[in-house]
Amino acid sequence: MNYWPLIGIAVVIVGFALKRNPVLVVIAAGLASGLAAGMGIGDLLALIGDSFVSNRALLMFVLTLPAIGLLERYGLRERAQAWIASFRGLSLARLLIAYLGARQMLSMLGLYDLAGHAQTVRPLIAPMSEAAARNDGIALDDDARERVHALAAATDNVGRFFGEDVFLAFAGVLLIQGFYARNGIELDPLSISLWALPTAIAAFVIHALRIAWLQRSLERRSQASSPLDAGSREQA
Amino acid sequence: MTLRLEYIYWLMGAWLVLCALYNLRERRWSMAAFWAIVGCTFLFGDAIKAASAAHVRWPAQLMGLGVVALGLLAASGTMQKQGSTESERRDAAERLGNRLFVPALTIPFATIVLVLALPHISVRDTPLVDPAQATLVSLGLACVLAAIVAVHTTRAPATQALAEGRRLLDTLGCVALLPMVLATLGGVFAATGVGDAVAAIVGALIPVDNRIACLVAFALGMVLFTMIMGNAFAAFPVMMAGIGLPLLVHKHGAAPAVLGSLGMLTGYCGTLLTPMAANFNIVPAVLLELRDQYAVIRAQWPTALALLVVNVILMAVLVFR
Repeated sequence: MNYWPLIGIAVVIVGFALKRNPVLVVIAAGLASGLAAGMGIGDLLALIGDSFVSNRALLMFVLTLPAIGLLERYGLRERAQAWIASFRGLSLARLLIAYLGARQMLSMLGLYDLAGHAQTVRPLIAPMSEAAARNDGIALDDDARERVHALAAATDNVGRFFGEDVFLAFAGVLLIQGFYARNGIELDPLSISLWALPTAIAAFVIHALRIAWLQRSLERRSQASSPLDAGSREQA
Repeated sequence: MTLRLEYIYWLMGAWLVLCALYNLRERRWSMAAFWAIVGCTFLFGDAIKAASAAHVRWPAQLMGLGVVALGLLAASGTMQKQGSTESERRDAAERLGNRLFVPALTIPFATIVLVLALPHISVRDTPLVDPAQATLVSLGLACVLAAIVAVHTTRAPATQALAEGRRLLDTLGCVALLPMVLATLGGVFAATGVGDAVAAIVGALIPVDNRIACLVAFALGMVLFTMIMGNAFAAFPVMMAGIGLPLLVHKHGAAPAVLGSLGMLTGYCGTLLTPMAANFNIVPAVLLELRDQYAVIRAQWPTALALLVVNVILMAVLVFR
């Protein structure tokens, strides 16, 4: 067993820790791992080129940018905020927990591309979360806004990840089935995907609780920093 | 006639080259070269793969050199970002009202309608799209449709959509490319035997007669290897071949369906924890213009760790029945 290719992992960890440019770090790690495995430079370049081209689907989200960019220029985010602000009882927790549940249900039906960071989080969910937080009387300084935005993105990830594996035609389920089939164990995709349900439910409960906790901690923080302001909001 | 994914890739390549030209006109050389190389990946991707399949290696090698050049351009530091303009938005938002939501929702809903409809459409007995490509073709078409609807709704010139898209692309900068180069690294790691080495080390460290120890090693191995590779799909075959199949299924009689499903989901906990899963953890931080590029990971790590514990308990209870 040749353990030298592991040096690629070390390059990644050191490079990320030193906050060097991530693209360069990753490419350097690939070169290091390939050379340590004893590959010739011609073989290694061909491997990198082939692998890069094969993974080009991962950049497809960029194709959403002209539509989203134009709409943002014409105030899409501001409109999303105004719309949420018109529902005065809609709190941050209610908005994000509803989004979490909807994202999970849709992913379970195989509709995991219906939402995403470029399609829905940046143009709609992040600004809506801000407006919902204001509905709760949370004063949004830069720190609070950053935490709300990050939570919106995290909620999208959790909702997607712990829904999609319940969909029986999902690539992950087929990967599991294919692995066992190659090793002489035949399984029905449905029997694999249904076992993802307990984790899906646990993910919803855990993350929903965390959303509620974050809302309370933000509320407490803004009450502590400006008691007068919070009091006047409660009266209104 | 078949609607091939390649056509969407060509459109994408053309748009990236256009972004390169915008930058060239503004004498931002690094940015121009960067997007031009990425654009070539999409314009010539099919040709490169066809050449490799026919054992003609220079196109793939040239692309490999291009990837190395992308790394150097990304790190050259001259890819300065553009700020976004703040003016006139609120006025436009009030004038256009909720009509602004229509094009925004066109992307997800048109994608879904097309995903469901396209595989069933045939022209003269040939399917319009390959079912395996239906999702990506649908997403591509939905983006084009949404851009058209957006231009119609805002009555902006079509070129403005391209210019605004390019502004967002430049804001993302080299981070947009991170998912692709990470997946490329995954391919290199697989070819150089990194997975086998990790599995060998984990296998040498655990007491193989204790089924709970094996289970915990499998779960932690999935998380750790997913964090390294940025992708649970890459970790799964490695950990299954190293621990899951020989020790848990064959030696200790674990139920394969439960182990596979929960094992994969345990890997997903690792995906929530790692900057290597850039498209889920780093790209959104940049898209949302957060100051801390690890802010999304900070927001989700407690969920991930709690779920990891739940998953290990679920496996311990459900797998050995």
